Amino acid sequence: MTHPGITATTGSHPPRKDAASRHGRARSRTGALFVTPYVLFLLVVFAVPLVYTLWISVHRFYFTAPGTHADSPWVGLSNYKDVFTDPVVGRAFLNIAVFLVINVPLTVVLALVLASVLNAKIRFRAFFRAAYYLPYITASVALVAVWQFLFGADGFVNNLLGSHAPDPSWLVNSHLAMPMIAFFVTWKQLGFFVMLYLAALQNVGKELYEAASVDGAGRVRQFLSVTVPGVRPATTLVVIYAIITGANLFSEPYLLTGGGGPDHASTSPVLLMYQKGIEQGHPDFAAALGVVLVCFVLVISLAARKLTEKGN
Amino acid sequence: MIASTPAADDAITDTAEQTRPAGIRRSWGTAARYLLLALGAVAFLFPFYYMIVGSLRNTTTGDVSSAVPSGLTAGNYTAVNGAISLGRSLLNSGIMTVGVLLCTLVFGVLAGYALARLQFRGRGSVFASLLLVQMVPFQLLTLPLYVLVVRDYGLGDNYIGMILPFAINSTAVFLFRQFFLQMPQSLFEAARIDGAGELRILWKIALPMARPAVLTAMLLTFIGPWNEFLWPFLVTKDADKQPLAVSLASFLSNLQGTVANPTGALLAGACVLAAPAVALFLLFQRHFTSTDIDSGVKG
Repeated sequence: MTHPGITATTGSHPPRKDAASRHGRARSRTGALFVTPYVLFLLVVFAVPLVYTLWISVHRFYFTAPGTHADSPWVGLSNYKDVFTDPVVGRAFLNIAVFLVINVPLTVVLALVLASVLNAKIRFRAFFRAAYYLPYITASVALVAVWQFLFGADGFVNNLLGSHAPDPSWLVNSHLAMPMIAFFVTWKQLGFFVMLYLAALQNVGKELYEAASVDGAGRVRQFLSVTVPGVRPATTLVVIYAIITGANLFSEPYLLTGGGGPDHASTSPVLLMYQKGIEQGHPDFAAALGVVLVCFVLVISLAARKLTEKGN
Repeated sequence: MIASTPAADDAITDTAEQTRPAGIRRSWGTAARYLLLALGAVAFLFPFYYMIVGSLRNTTTGDVSSAVPSGLTAGNYTAVNGAISLGRSLLNSGIMTVGVLLCTLVFGVLAGYALARLQFRGRGSVFASLLLVQMVPFQLLTLPLYVLVVRDYGLGDNYIGMILPFAINSTAVFLFRQFFLQMPQSLFEAARIDGAGELRILWKIALPMARPAVLTAMLLTFIGPWNEFLWPFLVTKDADKQPLAVSLASFLSNLQGTVANPTGALLAGACVLAAPAVALFLLFQRHFTSTDIDSGVKG
């Protein structure tokens, strides 16, 4: 099968070319073979469900007991019409907007500031990094349990605030439920973005800071004119990740604010997909909502990308 | 002040006449920096501290004084164990996580190696899909996946059904590819001239050199299925098959009345759920650098 002597000779030799191309073909087969399980996985877990969502969204679709069959008649865009006329859907998207308005600026500013501070030579650096990263690697369900306890009606925070505590309390207050979720997610994910910015800061040239300092720029000025533009690609990534997180919100509204808060104050599109699709048995409505959500994510992501890459 | 860098500090101390004021300014800057970091650390660590203290107290209330450990007991752990059978849930979490890890390591390494080191038709499209997949909000696929996996394939309350959507972590595949790509081409050529097959080259040469990538990928992959809630929540109705995140969530929403100190029991369960991921992270922290995360995330 192998010809070490031949393949080692100079390139112009005809036998080598044969052997090389034979080897090349074998390697091509091996490559295709190696990648097959992954391709199958992508097909089964991403491509098929994606196409299936589109199909369900234009049919009247029912869950049936295993082994039985029900017709799924074509209904065109009627599911989409239901989605667009449902006031709760509008509320869910508004909630995501509230989430993004709080989460994105807070994440960008806090993560960049903490990363800049951590980027210097300081003591206990590893400790601080680990501390910030801890919530990110911990399960939402575990952290939600603690937050419920901290921010509950007779929880730690309200006891600390005494008469200044909000009424109704944080998680059951229709004005505060969604902001609380935004704060929770910001807190939970921040460590990941700090790490991202730490990596990005390695690529900002030290000579830029020297030049700025020679020009008389103070530290704040240096931060604004050198650091912020220097890590712009990372900022774009942070914003897009935040949007995807917002689009994926489920456990937090479901568990933290008891199934979407008072009057859907913290209902998210994915939570609504679960409630409509699985709890109430309208998977066709949920599929259409999913398609709308994907379009929403794409548009917002593109817009955010344009905005962050635009320069000053 | 917050944004100062080592370079800025050096530039200030370099100017000799300003030594005194600069020194003062620098110590102020350092103090502010540590103050900020310490405040941040408190905000990040306090909930964890409260979780542990609350899980050990005899009666767990929201009083400010309850942040101080007193009257410590392991009773909450016994209570939550009685309500949701911790051992069984932990075993389910473990099976799901190990299944995902194994699939990602075996199939992910193969795919990463092929994408980095082998030519084949469709390589470009596979790589493009890999990047695209990382941008698709996964939970949007939850509903059709639920219909397919639970209704059509009959894999509800089944470990394969739980593992399937996460079986091969695309971020890990990307990480493997980047790592194999960095290795010198001559290494692979030499091995091929010596007559080694691709599988042998991968196993004997590439993989041992890729150990840091494997370690990072394992950490990245571990926290996903271990912490995942929505998917196993949909797929498992049988309490004997539910992973800990799901059984703890059902305890959180409707079983709290069954124990004497529900908050303490809940926090005890939270501690058990959090501990493995936190322990792994602290153990392997040294190997888990920010550059790894960065390269795993770019795409």
